[in-house]
Amino acid sequence: MGKFHLGSLLAAGAILAVGFSTQANAEGKHGMYANGEIRSGYTYLTPQSKAIQNDDFQNPGMIWVDDGATLYEAVDGKAGKSCKACHGKAEVAMKGVATTYPKYDEDTKKIKNIEAQVNRCRTKHMQAKPWKYESGQLLAMTVFIRHQSRGMPMNVSVDGPAVPFFQKGEKFYKQRRGALDMACSNCHIDNAGKNARANLLSQGQTNGFPTYRLKWQKVGSTHRRFRGCNKQVRATPYKYASDEYMNLELYVAWRGRGLPVETPAVRN
Amino acid sequence: MIHKTLETRQVGRRELMAMFGAGVVAAMGVGMTPRDAMADAKSVTDAMMKVVGDNKPATGKIKLDLPQIAENGNTVPIAVEVDSPMSDADHVKALHLWADKNPRPEVASFRFSPASGKAKVSTRVRLSKTQNIVAVAEMSDGKFYMAKSEIKVTIGGCGG
Amino acid sequence: MAKTKARVKVPKSIKKGEVFQVKTLISHKMETGQRKNKKTGKKISRMIINKLVCQYNGKEVFASDWHPAISANPYMAFYVKADASGSLDFTWTDDEGKSVKKSAKITVAG
Ligand code: HEC
Ligand code: HEC
Repeated sequence: MGKFHLGSLLAAGAILAVGFSTQANAEGKHGMYANGEIRSGYTYLTPQSKAIQNDDFQNPGMIWVDDGATLYEAVDGKAGKSCKACHGKAEVAMKGVATTYPKYDEDTKKIKNIEAQVNRCRTKHMQAKPWKYESGQLLAMTVFIRHQSRGMPMNVSVDGPAVPFFQKGEKFYKQRRGALDMACSNCHIDNAGKNARANLLSQGQTNGFPTYRLKWQKVGSTHRRFRGCNKQVRATPYKYASDEYMNLELYVAWRGRGLPVETPAVRN
Repeated sequence: MIHKTLETRQVGRRELMAMFGAGVVAAMGVGMTPRDAMADAKSVTDAMMKVVGDNKPATGKIKLDLPQIAENGNTVPIAVEVDSPMSDADHVKALHLWADKNPRPEVASFRFSPASGKAKVSTRVRLSKTQNIVAVAEMSDGKFYMAKSEIKVTIGGCGG
Repeated sequence: MAKTKARVKVPKSIKKGEVFQVKTLISHKMETGQRKNKKTGKKISRMIINKLVCQYNGKEVFASDWHPAISANPYMAFYVKADASGSLDFTWTDDEGKSVKKSAKITVAG
């Protein structure tokens, strides 16, 4: 599996880079949760909420990790296979994978995220039914896969065939929409660190997804969050797994380059 | 006989209401109707009466550890500890928690024994708005202690 | 999620007489009975875990009654005094009387 070796080399390089720029960070107090000016949503939490994320036995998101681990070993579909049957131990096979997602997909010539890849494996390789987006199973598996990269820096590719999709994602991010006529960037770039009603605005990073939100009282996907943020400005949300959200997810993942994967993160 | 018990209960209730007094007055100050506030204080008082009966809880011994401001009312981390040697002769038997402005004030009750070693619990609770957390501990010698602490709740209305 | 999952954490080995922390987490919506279905406007009926009991080698060391004010996916940490090697048995019971059990082994030295 030469690809994985290359992946871990890249990751090692990125860790060094993170170490360096964190020191250069004027505040310097966010440690591994920042890469220069790029800050994880974690750094905006109260100490009480941070404490919930810090302890795997307080973090309710860990229940989804356990669930995903069980599903990973379960045989399903006409091919009579489990994920493990093809991939082997998740701790080895899935380590670092999430840092490169979403990514360009040769088969569909589009951007795919982890959820899409999991369902690809279910339909194409297992001959099983795809899991519904935002279902307990797809969330649990996505949390489980991304959790195998916890602590590793986000490092998505936005060159080559990904370029046009990345550009669409960026355009979406900066486009004003909804009755409030606001772009993602108006809140998460222009006003990060300020209050929007009762909420302290963060940079809107995705490194902790799927996150356990105190508001949802469960784990939810990036696309659920995007939908929520669209509705907030009274714009019509796009569908889960839509091309628009896949491109947007790529752009937002790039914004958070160098931030550690925190899945399952705890957020307000 | 029955009459008498009822009478002492009335006295107990009045005393308990007095303990909640500060909270009630504060609620009136910020434009809540006094009747709402009284009803809230009364339901906790009623719930507490069931536990303490004719006894008058003393203050002290209980440490309530809560954030001053809760980021989200859905999940507020709290810890409660009762100071006790937890020996056969002297231990905490039970601990009760209430939230005086939740739709229903009961939060949880805990039973300990000397085998617990320490009367301390941590959990997470739902709080509908800014209010008081009230704790009552029941000791093995039949004494009761109580503590109360206010917590501000800012529920995020935004961020779907 | 399809099935209720519980997690518990206790130290693997400990000295006799020492007091140790036990952490528990269980997946559950803790439906309060106060919420309404957004589409139909009907009240969603209450469905919570209302009890957690911990036994140490068959004897109750900690018990707790829960009300709807306990957050979804309940977390509870408490203490137990090390006595003899054996097991800690946890039982959570819901409004329908169904229970989830989980055990943890513990080794007590000295
Ligand atoms: C029959 C073998 C097979 C099974 C079973 C299978 N996969 Fe895959 N998986 C593959 C192959 C082959 C690839 C390479 C990409 C492709 O063909 O989709 C892959 C790719 C992946 C990737 C992306 C890895 C990367 O480096 O980008 C993930 C994540 C993944 N699978 C997860 C799963 C999960 C989760 C399951 C169980 C629900 C599963 N797979 C079941 C064969 C399988
Ligand atoms: C009106 C302001 C506003 C706009 C516009 C907005 N958001 Fe948000 N967003 C929020 C708030 C408030 C939160 C919760 C607090 C926080 O993390 O900033 C949030 C959270 C997020 C998060 C979760 C961050 C984390 O750490 O878990 C992501 C991701 C996000 N937004 C993405 C977007 C995207 C993409 C758009 C554009 C489609 C967008 N937001 C538009 C207000 C906004």
